[in-house]
Amino acid sequence: MKKFKVPMRYVPISATILVFFIVYLIGIISFENFGSPKVFLDLFIDNAYLGIAAIGTALVILTGGIDLSVGSIIAFTSILIAKMISTGCNAVLAIVLALVIGILFGMLQGWLIHSFSLPPFLVTLAGMFFIRGCGFIVSEESIGIKNDPVFNFIQNDLTIKLGKGLNLRFIVILYIVVLITAIIFSQRTRAGRSIYAIGDNELAATLMGIPVGRTKIMTYTIAGFCSALAGVVYAIYLKAGNPLNCVGLEMDAIAAVVIGGTLLTGGVGYVFGSLFGVLVLGLIQTLIVFDGRINSWWTRIIVGLLVLAFIFMQNLITKISKSKSKAH
Amino acid sequence: MNKFATVIMAAAAAALLVTACSKSDDSAEEQSTGTGIKVGFSQVGAESDWRKASTESIKEAAKIKNINLTFSDAQQKQENQIKAIRNFITKGVDVISFSPVVATGFEDVLKEAKEAEIPVVLFDRAVEVSEPGLYVSFIGSDFVEEGRRAGRWVAANLNGKANVAELVGTVGSAPAIDRKKGFEEIIKDYPDIKIIKSQSGDFTRAKGKEVMESFLKSPEADQIQVLFAHNDDMALGAIQAIEEAGKKPGKDIVIISIDGVKTMFEAINEGKANCTVECNPLIGPQLFEVVEKIHAGEKVPARIPSQEGVYDNVGGINVGTEAEPVTTKKITKEIVDGRKY
Repeated sequence: MKKFKVPMRYVPISATILVFFIVYLIGIISFENFGSPKVFLDLFIDNAYLGIAAIGTALVILTGGIDLSVGSIIAFTSILIAKMISTGCNAVLAIVLALVIGILFGMLQGWLIHSFSLPPFLVTLAGMFFIRGCGFIVSEESIGIKNDPVFNFIQNDLTIKLGKGLNLRFIVILYIVVLITAIIFSQRTRAGRSIYAIGDNELAATLMGIPVGRTKIMTYTIAGFCSALAGVVYAIYLKAGNPLNCVGLEMDAIAAVVIGGTLLTGGVGYVFGSLFGVLVLGLIQTLIVFDGRINSWWTRIIVGLLVLAFIFMQNLITKISKSKSKAH
Repeated sequence: MNKFATVIMAAAAAALLVTACSKSDDSAEEQSTGTGIKVGFSQVGAESDWRKASTESIKEAAKIKNINLTFSDAQQKQENQIKAIRNFITKGVDVISFSPVVATGFEDVLKEAKEAEIPVVLFDRAVEVSEPGLYVSFIGSDFVEEGRRAGRWVAANLNGKANVAELVGTVGSAPAIDRKKGFEEIIKDYPDIKIIKSQSGDFTRAKGKEVMESFLKSPEADQIQVLFAHNDDMALGAIQAIEEAGKKPGKDIVIISIDGVKTMFEAINEGKANCTVECNPLIGPQLFEVVEKIHAGEKVPARIPSQEGVYDNVGGINVGTEAEPVTTKKITKEIVDGRKY
């Protein structure tokens, strides 16, 4: 049978992109102003922190692991930055400290998971509770970041004005840079390929001489860094910190990664897919806000159904690939 | 390649699902698309009966006034609320209104609304902003005034002489601090009105009952003439405690509280309590009156207190000031039945 074929490994991501455009089209047809470039740009502004968090989550899931500490780290770093600035600390120092804590925390989780062969689910669950609690120790209430020169500089001078009401903000540029870096890292470096190999078959990877332990610890370290960076972006986005924010955000990140075509058992998928996963989530939310008559909880229902649909699709593809390799 | 076709169909089905969901709901509630003013409203969530009543009031008032309302529930999450407000701006609504989840973090999005020349009205809760003019008005209850009204009612009904037991709300919360402040502000002019007992009942019925029981076991128990509770739930708990102690609530001990929920109305109607100062969640109609004024280019005050009544078993008592009188309404069966929450 000769016809046009999308290689099997590109099917999930193609489906994600297809869903994205279909949802977009529905929006444009149904609502005035939905086609405005501002909607597209706002998707990036409002979801930059989720996007950055999802990059870390994607890498962890590619190794066959999971990271549940994402939302808590974001909340912790954002409140830490806000608190430090409110007590007169330099903002750059606060941001650097937040990132270092994120890196160390991720590294610690990776080390625990690898060295004691503990399930990532439980280690990062413990991490989630721990760091969420730490956020409340820093401050129980939300703190605003007011008139900070560094934040004002980021806000005013690092924004590219594209037109009236259209601003390409620093956090969006940052997200895109981090995304491209992560794509190159995962596809073009030895460490990146090791991540795929471990996710595909950890035992085989070990036998092949891939440094499994080092790679795993590195991946959780990157995830910790991504979460902390997402926290920094969140602080810039809100100009405030709140220990209560981003509860359950890790689940959104996981959903974005799954909708983005990454297999939850690891080894299959692309970091690039998380971009479209995040955009699809954001777009559905936008669609429901634009409508304004549907109960907002429909966002959750639709996302749930989408995740389920993608899991089924993945399952099917895995089965087809297996039956094919048997036939050979 | 049949299986490949199935995969594509699965993807298409997923896409269809999205289409179906949004489409079916599009046609479900066409009636609210009026020709009126376009308003985007972002609610905190649906965390309490009070909040749900507030949401209902907004939706109903929008329908009556033919407002084209875009309503969004933030599900207690600030990130959802900010996204919604941004989308309102893009959608091009005429006025934005919201009940902020927290007080900080709205500055950027409010600036964006200002740039887009969309006026913002805060509803029920305030936000912290570093520059003025980011919102036009704030409509909500004035907790201090609620305390004052309770104080005035006690002063008027007990001829300026009473021993008061106070059930305070959650320690440190704005309503507890402000209601206490307002009440004390009034009674300091009456040297014979004294607070002889004061303890927190945490705004809950169970805690209110427990604290009242301890009041009734104390040596000063027989001197308590008035119970002032910071909300109805605590008062309702206290009523139970008083009955169990063999006294008559509403007669042996005069009971006044704040909120105005239906069960409190029933208690007043049955004579077990005396007065409740309303803290009104049903301020939807008032919101849209303000919205209409703003849209018509009229000036509105930066702070608008909610229109709230005071209900008791006497009626006709002025609990406002001489300049701005607020007279109490006597509770009747009709008022009780008409209460929605």
